Amino acid sequence: MTVLAFPVPAHRVVKMRIRKEHAHLSDEALVALVARSDEAALAELYDRYGRIAFGLALRVLRDRTLAEDAVQDALLTVWRSATRFVPERASARTWILTLVHRRAVDLVRREQHRRTEPYEAIELSAAPDSTDETALLSLERARVQEALKKLSDQQREAIELAYYGGFTQSELAERLGEPLGTIKSRMFNGLARLRDMLQEAVPEEEEWDRTRSTT
Amino acid sequence: MGQDAIHDLTAAYALNALDAHEEAEYEAHLGRCAGCRGELASFQTTAASLAYAVDAPAPSPALRDRILAQAKVERSNLIEFPRRRWLVPVASGAAAAAAVVAVSLGLWAASLSSSLDDEREARYGQERVLALMADPAAEAFPVNGAQGTLVVASGREGALILQNLKAAPEGKIYEAWVSRDGKEMLRAATFVARGGATVVPLSRPVPAGGLVAVTVEDEPVDEPTGKPIFTADTA
Ligand SMILES: [Zn+2]
Repeated sequence: MTVLAFPVPAHRVVKMRIRKEHAHLSDEALVALVARSDEAALAELYDRYGRIAFGLALRVLRDRTLAEDAVQDALLTVWRSATRFVPERASARTWILTLVHRRAVDLVRREQHRRTEPYEAIELSAAPDSTDETALLSLERARVQEALKKLSDQQREAIELAYYGGFTQSELAERLGEPLGTIKSRMFNGLARLRDMLQEAVPEEEEWDRTRSTT
Repeated sequence: MGQDAIHDLTAAYALNALDAHEEAEYEAHLGRCAGCRGELASFQTTAASLAYAVDAPAPSPALRDRILAQAKVERSNLIEFPRRRWLVPVASGAAAAAAVVAVSLGLWAASLSSSLDDEREARYGQERVLALMADPAAEAFPVNGAQGTLVVASGREGALILQNLKAAPEGKIYEAWVSRDGKEMLRAATFVARGGATVVPLSRPVPAGGLVAVTVEDEPVDEPTGKPIFTADTA
């Protein structure tokens, strides 16, 4: 999804660190530079996706240290295997977040006990700091949360437990007391509906401006 | 598992909700089902969007520094593979195989779709085979029962390079095994035939004097269920 690569919101440019020579490049161009061992390109990818990646890993792992490990492992996988990235197959954003998610799920399956605790019950050493977020990020969050709300409760439950909880489909069937086939179709139909909703037109430029002025 | 059932695993795979066994089975299917590859791409994009629904604090600023520092360390430890090196015969025995690898790697990399996201694939992937071919001490052994070569580097990392491999019967997969003595077989790869050359990096070292065997299986298994259809012996 190119919407997240461009435009870089104005207020973000201001707080960018000094070495920002790659800020104008697309995600895919950055991956191509990473494939040539360009450290500044890796730094730029981290600046674009590190926060969202950490949020995802933290949601799955419920532990800041483990979540940072998952992000570090995934970003280093990007560093090592960027030469194999095929942009026709997936966007760089999807590739990176898929790596982070897979790593987080691998780790949480080793730390079984954490997953049964409700997310809200986990004490986080820092509260969400929304002033630090880009407008783009909060806009995308609202869009995905809206789409999730439109799923049936059962579809949402299956998708959330699988994606954020790290449960396998068989574990879900057992936990929810449903046949495996039922769980599969909830995940499949739910994800297909989400795809259709999220593929709808991306926000227009005036919406960016509106959101930006509220932050 | 029937073919219809396996297409239905696309969403679960995109959500990382398969166990290791189901995952290997699905990945083997993915290699020969264009429909699933297309659908998986869109499902993975959707699944990645779910990351944005999470409300979470920022990581510590030190994380960025750690990642960049580690990348720098790895870069300086990197064994450089000059781009052209593997186009040049690197060892007399491995030369023919190297030429095949040179022409087939592009195709092979492009055909890894989901596997692109897979750390294990990354680990045993293209760079692995390239590294192997770049090893001047790599040895090549003929495959008995199929057109192809087993290449083994000095560190005992191996890859099978198979030419014109026929597709496994519908619903079946190939599995490669590494064995020290021809008795105990350790699974080293699950794969499907690709057009032209099929490059199969092995996930286990090939013991000196050991052999590599390939069987046809219904699904990934812990030990072969039938006789090998072809073998390569390093003894
Ligand atoms: Zn299929």
